[in-house]
Amino acid sequence: MDNNPVHQTPSAGQARQASRRLISTPYLLTGPALLLFLLIVLSPLAMTVLLSFHDWNQYRGIIEVFTTKNWLEVIQDDYFHEVLWRTLRVAIWVTLLTAMFGAPEAYILNRMRAPWRGIFLLVVLGPLLISVVARTLGWALLFGGESGAVNRALLHLGVIQEPIAFMFTETGMIVALTHVLMPYMVLSVWAALQRVDPNTENAAASLGAGSLSILGRIVFPQVLPGILAGSIIVFALAASAFATPAIIGGRRLKVASTLAYDEFLNSLNWPLGAVVAVILLVTLILIIVLTNRLVERRYAEVFR
Amino acid sequence: MSRNGPLAILYHTLFVAFTLAPILVVCVVAFTPESHLSFPTDQWSLRWFRAIADYPEFVRAFWQSLQLGALSSALAVAFCVPAALGVARHRFPGRDVMMALFQSPLMVPHVVLGIAFLRFFTEIGLAGSFTGLVISHIVIVFPFALRLTLSSVTGLNPYIEHAAASLGAGDLTILRRITLPLIVPGLVSGWALAFINSFDEVTMTVFIATPGTETLPVRMFLYVQDNIDPLVSSVSAAVIGVTVIAMIVLDRLYGLDTLLLGRGSKND
Repeated sequence: MDNNPVHQTPSAGQARQASRRLISTPYLLTGPALLLFLLIVLSPLAMTVLLSFHDWNQYRGIIEVFTTKNWLEVIQDDYFHEVLWRTLRVAIWVTLLTAMFGAPEAYILNRMRAPWRGIFLLVVLGPLLISVVARTLGWALLFGGESGAVNRALLHLGVIQEPIAFMFTETGMIVALTHVLMPYMVLSVWAALQRVDPNTENAAASLGAGSLSILGRIVFPQVLPGILAGSIIVFALAASAFATPAIIGGRRLKVASTLAYDEFLNSLNWPLGAVVAVILLVTLILIIVLTNRLVERRYAEVFR
Repeated sequence: MSRNGPLAILYHTLFVAFTLAPILVVCVVAFTPESHLSFPTDQWSLRWFRAIADYPEFVRAFWQSLQLGALSSALAVAFCVPAALGVARHRFPGRDVMMALFQSPLMVPHVVLGIAFLRFFTEIGLAGSFTGLVISHIVIVFPFALRLTLSSVTGLNPYIEHAAASLGAGDLTILRRITLPLIVPGLVSGWALAFINSFDEVTMTVFIATPGTETLPVRMFLYVQDNIDPLVSSVSAAVIGVTVIAMIVLDRLYGLDTLLLGRGSKND
């Protein structure tokens, strides 16, 4: 969309009219949506930041004074550190796992022929459209209950000697989130693969390169931007995931988003919940913006 | 292009098994004849699908989700059309910032949006209302609607509009009779993608929905938090079934990868 030519008008009269239109219309056209976003997105976010500096007590609720009490509480309390570190740890694991397993799958999908390519693309990307609650429920069924299908399968295959605890553990969260977010990684690498000229592989092969060195030296460098872009998306979504950690982690094992939910809807300490939300938001934006800048500078020529 | 080797096929098989396992398990458990969670062994039963009707909260939540998705997606598209025309055809100061703002619901965690909306709606007296849900969902699905609207506007041949203008058509006539009809496929796919995202949204909605305005995913989530039983499996299986049908239709019409990546329709 960036290289779309701006209106080119044929006659002089129309050109004049068009240039007049150029000045005023874009703002008129985008105005309604812009107002909507200023009012409905930016002002509530600003209110949340303010809320995090308000006081609260059990009997009077939110007290509209300025205090850094909630911030100090989160910064000093070990419980909050533990939850925030867990959030980060889970997000990093999920990002690594989706990249490690999703990128090869995208490559294999790309080498398939019709109609398999289309069918399996639908199978792999389709879960993205299925309710997260339904997908997580599937993992809860596989992990727990009387069946514990995953453990039985792993024991049977001899992969493990002892059953692993999945339900209410970080391991379970990581497995389920990897499944939930995998389509984003495959999609991102798939998009990068569509820009790769298959002739580069053929050229390397005709020059005598083996399939491993083609993969490592021709394909991998070309899809790396796709893997990195996918990693940013997956990391952001994993760090802020809510339904999956809530269902798999249960009421005890909290991550940042489920902690914020608890403060808001169970403890009713909104200012403290707002602090957790603001920390999550600021950390994610910083990480996304910095990584994006790094990726774009490094791979500017690959992206456009 | 060379074929995948046997090792690649094996990897692919395992990957697909991993992808489908939890989804299939939900669907299989939903057909159990037992009163507890179990895999149906010798016989299959529809009793848990019939049981949904006896649990009106799920039925009401389903209609709530349907109305909310349809309405908020339609309104999002209505906001998108002029915005897409403005952004796609003009270069103006603040354009990049504006685009970033329009995309922001993808970047801002939905938990944070849920908290912000809860606070905001409580302050302006819309807490727990359907209006509040619609407004918040318009914003959440806006980037998806915009993505497809934008790609169909960008793919438009400007000379068709120039031809209409040179034949004396005014701006509004051109918009109504040339531009809008040509981008309708993009608008419909934008609406569909927006609808699916609204229908699946749980994280933000769980903060602002009250028992009277709960959407289906929210009801399912709250139910699963309390207990996991065959009933919620059958509800999930029904949702999965409907989604799969919608997915196949969308894939036939537009191509799922182009839809998700936002490159407009297959025929572009």
